[in-house]
Formats: sequence, structure tokens, C-alpha cells
Amino acid sequence: MKADINTAQKKQILIADDDPDILEQMRFRLEAWGFDVCAVESQKKAEEKIKAGKPALAIYDLMMENQDSGFVLSYLTKKMYPDVPVILITSVTSETGFHFDSSTEETREWIKADAVLDKDIRYEQLESEINRLLKG
Amino acid sequence: MEKLKVLIADDELGMRKGTAKVLDKYLVALPGMEEPVGFDISEASNGLIAKEMLETDHFDLILLDYKMPELSGLEVLDCIRDSQIDILTIMITAYASLEVAVSATKNGAFDFLAKPFSPEELKSVVEKASRHLVAHRQAKRLSEEKRKVRFQFISVLAHELKSPLAAVDSYLQLLKKHVAGEELSKYDHIVERSLVRLDGMRRMILDLLDLTRIESGQKKRELTQIEISAIALKAIETYKVIAHERNIDISLHSETPVHFYADAGEMEIIFNNLISNAVKYNRDKGRVDIYISTDDKHLYLSVSDTGIGMTPEEKEKLFGEFVRIKNEDTHKILGSGLGLSIMKKIVSFYNGKIDVESQRNVGTVFKVVLTRLTEDENK
Repeated sequence: MKADINTAQKKQILIADDDPDILEQMRFRLEAWGFDVCAVESQKKAEEKIKAGKPALAIYDLMMENQDSGFVLSYLTKKMYPDVPVILITSVTSETGFHFDSSTEETREWIKADAVLDKDIRYEQLESEINRLLKG
Repeated sequence: MEKLKVLIADDELGMRKGTAKVLDKYLVALPGMEEPVGFDISEASNGLIAKEMLETDHFDLILLDYKMPELSGLEVLDCIRDSQIDILTIMITAYASLEVAVSATKNGAFDFLAKPFSPEELKSVVEKASRHLVAHRQAKRLSEEKRKVRFQFISVLAHELKSPLAAVDSYLQLLKKHVAGEELSKYDHIVERSLVRLDGMRRMILDLLDLTRIESGQKKRELTQIEISAIALKAIETYKVIAHERNIDISLHSETPVHFYADAGEMEIIFNNLISNAVKYNRDKGRVDIYISTDDKHLYLSVSDTGIGMTPEEKEKLFGEFVRIKNEDTHKILGSGLGLSIMKKIVSFYNGKIDVESQRNVGTVFKVVLTRLTEDENK
């Protein structure tokens, strides 16, 4: 049976980024792709949202009010909802040259995120990651 | 312990050994150095060897005998000058004639020592040279640091200008690709955000121009007797609309009129910055209180708000260029991060100071004290 696109409930994506412009652009794209978006600008507010309900997917900026905000949020999300995919957005690579990704089981376990994307977001890549993670 | 490298160039073995023996155990306490400085001695038995050693190794100081076989002291001095070797030369000569002194100084010798000399005379000359060396190096390091600060400023500036550009660029891309479909009203918010970022960028450039004009002294200062509370009122007028929107009350407490000898433009910048900050970082329904008072020697300004305040750590960082206090309450507030740098510079023109008292979630008080200048002092 084919799902009716108008009545099918939109999947909610939680996004957290302290840069209001990146937050706005991400919201704009995600809404255009047909998602229901909950956008917050801090780790603190994201924590409240996670505790309030389960999103279909979450996207976190790594560095917000704390250097490791994204790690903390990923950990919290996975602890409460092990099946919710998490995407981490980071500019750490370009700022420090320190590179990590989620391609191996070991780093996925450590980072607790399903995908790590570089800031300077390439939206095609973000879209395909979201689709891949939501299918799985 | 830091050691200065000394080369003793003399063809008399006794002279070399004697000098080395004195300097080897000699320690000099120098201003700006935590520990006394010692000496690391090398020897050259003629001018040619000295020249070769200078070319292959670095020395801080050379004790150079005037009369040597192969290459005379003056010829070695020529080499030092021609190769632009960074070294201080003390000329040693048995013929302490005025003529030798003049020609050696012309060629760059720092000082003289006439043979025969006592250990005390040697020490005294070496101490003087060491002081000179250390002072010279400190000055060099300072100018190096200044250059670095400048460089840092430019790279931060580039970053600060790049970020609004990148944001506007991304918003325009969304528009160009019609990401949200054909309905224009769907793009209202991103157009609004683009305008806000562009406005921020424009203000930053204006602030930057103010700062560079003031720092380079290009901005012509016109010092006259001015009435300070009138300038404060003018600044209040500028921020009244924004304050009113958020139900923030601004009051001026001043003995009128307050006369002060100053540049009107500079006073406007001070009030604009203080009041703009007090409004921006306030809470809705808050207050801004401006106090102006004066005595024989000083002008006292204080602007207090009932806003979000700062933690002691945030307060520490406040006066740096491009510093904007980042926390949950401030991330939506725009600013160039240059306002206080500009103010600090202006305040320094009046031998003044800025003090900040702040408590997170209670409010902030900026206190500015300016010294009365007489008309003579400013000429």
C-alpha cells in the first residue's frame, strides 16, 4: 500500500546549533524536504527536548556552550532512545586538523553518533545521510 | 642560566687566558632578567680565525684586539659591518689614541678597553655591553610582539567579516534554488536574517574605521568646552526607540549643565557605546541609569543596567578586540566586538579609566573617569 503523502505524519528531526544562521538554514532545508523540525540553539534546550519526547532523528553541533556539547547530547540520546539515529556536525577538523569519522564500529561506539559531517554542510550529503539512517 | 657567548680575539695567549679567567666566573644581574647572566667564552688567536668563527657561529659579544697578525681588529670590524653580523664589539687596544677610538666607533664598535686593563675595568665594560644587548633584545621582542598582535587582529577581522558573508551567501543560495517552492513569503525570514547580518557587517566596518582613525591619529580632535549632559541626552534619543520596544526605561541623573573640555565626537562615541550596551544586554522591562558628575579634576560617568550581567571570567575577557561574550543569553545579540576597544582608546586620551562591575543575571555598571585637561596640556 502506498502511503498518502498528505496524511502520513511528518517525521520529527531535532536540531541543535548555537549559530542562528546555520540553525535557520538547516531548518529551512529540512522543512523543504518534508520533515517536522524542532530547532534549538543550546545543549541545555536540546536536553530538555530529548527528555520531552523521542525524535525520529537528531542533528547536533559539536561545540555549543561546551566544547563537547554534541558528544554529551549524542550519548544522552542513545541512552534514552537507542534506535534514534544521531548526526554530529563539527568544524573541529578544519579548526584543529583533528579528524574523526564514524566509519568504523570502534569510533561509532566512542562517539555515539551514526554519522559525523563537517561544518560547511553539504546539503546533498546531509540529505542522503538522513535518508540512509531513517531507512535503516 | 642564560649565557652570553663571548669571543676573545687576541694574539697574546696571556691576554686571552686572563680575560677568559675573569669572565668565566663573572655573573651580571641585568634589569628585566630573573637570573644573573653568565658568559660562555671562545678564543681566537688571530684576526683571520676570528673572522672564520664569526661566520660559522653566533656570538653576542666580541672582545677584539686592535693589533693582530693576518687580519687587524679594524679589518675584522669591517667584516662584521659588511656581513651585518649581529654582535657587539669591544675594541681592545694598547694604543688608546683618540684616532683609533674614532675610526673604530665609525665602524661600529660599541666600547673600548685600553691595555693594560684591570679585571674590574674588564668587568665594567662587559657589564655595560651586556645591559645594552639585553635592552636591545627586549625592544626587539616587544616590536615583534606588537607585529604579532596586529597580525592576530587582521586574521580575527577577516574571520569576523567572513562569517556574515557566508551566512548571506547561504541564504541567497536557498532563494536561488527555490528550496521552499515558489511562494515568496516562505522566504521572508531568511531575507530578514540576511539583512540583519548585513547590517551587523556594516556596523562592524564603521566601528573598525572609527578605531583605525582614532588609533592612527588621523581623526582630527577638536577640543572645546562642551556640555556633557546634552551629549548624553542626544545618545539617549538614539536608543530610545529600541529601548521602548522592549519596555526598557532610560534615565539621566545629572547636575546640569556639566562643562568639560573635550572632543564632542569622542564623547558621543563613549555614550553611544555605553547606552547601546546597556540596552542590548538588558532584559525586557529593565532599566538603564546614567549618572554624570564632576569635580575640579575629573568627569565621572556611570551607566548601569539591570540586564544579563557577566560572570567574573567573562568580565576578564571583555576589553579584547572583537571579544563578544558568548553564552545562551547573548547569542542573538549582534555587535562588532570593537565598541569597548574604541572606548578604551578614547578614554586613554583623557588619562582616564574604565571600570566594570557586573553580576550575572543582575546587571552591569560601567564607570568611566576622565581627567580634566587644560587647554595647554592638549597642545
